[in-house]
Amino acid sequence: MSASVRVQITVNGERHESDVEPRLLLVHYLRDMLGLHGTHVGCDTSNCGACTVHLNGEAVKSCTVLAVQADGAEVTTIEGHGEEGALHPLQEAFWEHHGLQCGYCTPGMIMAAADLLARNPDPTESEIREALAGNLCRCTGYQNIVKAVQAAAGQMRGAQQAERAQEEVTV
Amino acid sequence: MGVPGVEAAERTEPDGDGFVGRALKRKEDPRLITGRAAYVDDMTLPRMLYAAIVRSPEAHARIVSIDTTAAREHPGAEAVFTGEDLTDLAAPCPMVWAPPGVEVRVPDHWPLARDKVGYVGQAVAVVLGKDKYGVVDAAEQVIVEYEPLPVVVDPEKALEEGAPIVHDEFGTNQVFEWSLSGGDVEGAFKDADVVIERRIVNHRTAGAAIEPRSMLAEWRHGKLTLWSSTQIPHICRVILSIQMGLDEHNIRVVAPEVGGGFGSKLQVYGEEVLACWCARKLGRPVKWTATRSEEMAGTHHGRDQIDYVRIGAKRDGTVTGIHTKIIQDCGAYHLIEGPVIPTFSACVMSGCYKFDAIQTDIIGVFTNKFTTDAIRGAGRPEGTHMIELTMDELAGELDMDPLELRRKNFIDEFPNERPHGFIYDSGNYHGTLDLCVEKLDLEAFRREQAELRERGVYRGVGFSTYVEICGLGPSRALGPEGWGMQGGYFESAHVRVHPTGSVTVYTGTSPHGQGHETGFSQIVADRLGVTPEVIDIISGDTHTGPFGKNTYGSRSLAVGGEAIARAAEKVQDKAKRIVAHQLEAAPEDIELVEGRYQVRGSPDKAMTLGQVAGEAYIPADLPEGMEAGLDETCFYDPSNFVWPFGAHACISEVDVETGRVDIVRYVAVDDCGPAINPLLVDGQIHGGIVHGVGQALYEQVVYDDDGQLVTGTFVDYALPSAADVPTFETDRTETPSPTNTLGVKGVGEAATIACSPAVVGSVLDALRPLGVTELNMPLTPMRVWQAIQEAQGRGSGPGETEQGRRLDEHGGGAAGSGPTAPSEGGAS
Repeated sequence: MSASVRVQITVNGERHESDVEPRLLLVHYLRDMLGLHGTHVGCDTSNCGACTVHLNGEAVKSCTVLAVQADGAEVTTIEGHGEEGALHPLQEAFWEHHGLQCGYCTPGMIMAAADLLARNPDPTESEIREALAGNLCRCTGYQNIVKAVQAAAGQMRGAQQAERAQEEVTV
Repeated sequence: MGVPGVEAAERTEPDGDGFVGRALKRKEDPRLITGRAAYVDDMTLPRMLYAAIVRSPEAHARIVSIDTTAAREHPGAEAVFTGEDLTDLAAPCPMVWAPPGVEVRVPDHWPLARDKVGYVGQAVAVVLGKDKYGVVDAAEQVIVEYEPLPVVVDPEKALEEGAPIVHDEFGTNQVFEWSLSGGDVEGAFKDADVVIERRIVNHRTAGAAIEPRSMLAEWRHGKLTLWSSTQIPHICRVILSIQMGLDEHNIRVVAPEVGGGFGSKLQVYGEEVLACWCARKLGRPVKWTATRSEEMAGTHHGRDQIDYVRIGAKRDGTVTGIHTKIIQDCGAYHLIEGPVIPTFSACVMSGCYKFDAIQTDIIGVFTNKFTTDAIRGAGRPEGTHMIELTMDELAGELDMDPLELRRKNFIDEFPNERPHGFIYDSGNYHGTLDLCVEKLDLEAFRREQAELRERGVYRGVGFSTYVEICGLGPSRALGPEGWGMQGGYFESAHVRVHPTGSVTVYTGTSPHGQGHETGFSQIVADRLGVTPEVIDIISGDTHTGPFGKNTYGSRSLAVGGEAIARAAEKVQDKAKRIVAHQLEAAPEDIELVEGRYQVRGSPDKAMTLGQVAGEAYIPADLPEGMEAGLDETCFYDPSNFVWPFGAHACISEVDVETGRVDIVRYVAVDDCGPAINPLLVDGQIHGGIVHGVGQALYEQVVYDDDGQLVTGTFVDYALPSAADVPTFETDRTETPSPTNTLGVKGVGEAATIACSPAVVGSVLDALRPLGVTELNMPLTPMRVWQAIQEAQGRGSGPGETEQGRRLDEHGGGAAGSGPTAPSEGGAS
């Protein structure tokens, strides 16, 4: 066990200062130190993506990032992505289209899909499938996940258009 | 074996437009999509210790010594235990299959090895410590000296004279030998004009739930609580009671949110007992969560059969009989029911067909590998795979269309008693196949196929028509005097209406993703006249509700849902008697219409469930002799199994230069009786197909000749990703089962049972012009490419693994060939 290191990480908008072992994985920092259990561990080899979170706005597999690497960074987990009563369109769409069964891969899947939609607001089916190839689901056969991402993308584009229209009116 | 005197259940369909049949959104989802659900590894308790397990790197060895000194002195360790410390356990890990008149060899299997190890990954010592990382450091300090013994990994070689013996005390590697047969098998082959024989390897796979197994045990004043990621909390409690020497009332087992099972958590593992034992020993809570590598090495595997199939037919295509020999690799030790799994293959060996003579001989074999047990489909995918591929081969031999051959032999009268003793409840095999062919537009595909071939593009279509035995099951068929399972297979339900009219339902089933809360609420809502929102479904906790038999074998709806429906009917009956008394009418004149218990013909005279509950719990004016409360229980033991069926078709394209297979289209038409919630049914079908595609194309658990596990992570064990599968085209027919009042069958395993022969058949169809007639799964690019080279009379390169075995040999293959999924294992 080596000496701990002080890190300052903003998680879901809240700033945390913690002393961590240099070898502590980001996923364990989130789960064990902050109690954010929505981020899961499925494989330890960054194949399954259950641990996907956003690090400075980009999807990363938090089982393959050290907490010290996130020093000074902003992290968003599923808990910061939306909550009951204020769901993110992806969460709504996963619910609406039965995009989950056991739910274990779901937080990572939603975070990976959010990363895709931030880069590509109107992805094709094959772009969605490729983008989610690093997130494994054993339950759903992916079909309804793809459907949910398509639906959320449409919904988010609609909302953006409405926002732009509103801005134009205001201007 | 069968179920004589099966009685048909009368369908009960609630009045009005009910909730059953609607594609309602799931009640489970809000907590799951927001990351607020609690799986076992999300839980911690005060003074909790983490466990790290030291595992054997040897496949077969005597333990010479275990030196725990350095580990004990390590700051990360609070305690270290080995097999010698666990001698106060009352019993080894049990195996519950004891068929009458058949000897099944069951070696002692302890949570920590004693004297000897039999497979790589076997637990040898456990270290406990306060810090998750520190305890692993300490575990690395445990020094175990092994004396290696000869290893056997191939089950056929294990049966040969002079093979290394896995358990000296038996003097043989044979676990058991038994047969299931009916009809005149010898005569059937004498009468046959054509006999086809095939050897089919159905390789070893992993359940690979994305949540690794996790358990948390707490001992407090003589009471034990275990939270476990299990499919079977009630069964786990019985077994903990036996092994820990505790009375059941002192044990509570809870399955909280469980992240997928697929059979891999239909188990009571040594680690569960170990965590409980450590918690009792130390008086502190103990948590153990598997790493993925521990999952791959020590969570039971599935399949792993070598099948010799022989089928005889007349020239006109009438099959006269089928005779199969199954060699089942059981691994080194048994867990809860491993050796019974190939029996489920034997059950389905009539397929959808009027086979009049059926014989299945099964031999179980010990090898130096981990245990095989139930994985999604459990024996039925293997049976379906051999029947369907053999039917294709037979069609080729008879120069007959494979679908015509199937149709000629389809069973079309129900109920139908099969020669090996089973009674198919209901079916419409022509209906599902016709719809599947229509959706596929087979004629158009055949034209397209011919055009593409001219351009050097190889596409093929494969079909699979299946029937599944599920809804486990009638206790008199499965139990001690039947197949020899040491248990009953009823299911329990308890429906409790609260004083204000909302409802809590306790079910003995234990879900891990199926959506029970939603589907069961729909069943109860219709029967009590309330909405699903005011119904809560409680499961997976032995301290609530009656003893149950939990979730596996596609039983939760057909047995558990039926128990709930019957308990709810009892509540409804009592409610009607209370209403009749209050409204001065006869109980038989009370009808439930859109949430109102009303007098037939006088709909203005009515009560709601809430009003009825008020009367029931403030019992000032109840009918003479009626007890207070509105609270009913049902234990339902089905009179027969249920028999879902369907037809799947796969179109795949093979790159003949590289051997890579891509699935282009997949059409699935399934019949599981009336859908309680079509959204959930479709979800099960989608997932089931991909599980089957995984086995057909990508997944394989590989041990090398030394018994080393080569596929120890998701880097090597290639699960299909979203990029590897297309959007499926699904449809349903709905043929009610006469077995239960809901008319339902099972659907959790159906698509996995159906899938693999359709995929393999499509590749064989694509490659037929090149002369390829046989392929064993998984159809990795290397294996397909080699088959093409050999069929073309070209050399196929080295053709052997680094371990010197042929690639299509049992247990060989993917080792060294890297990730097998097109998406390269899925890492991004």
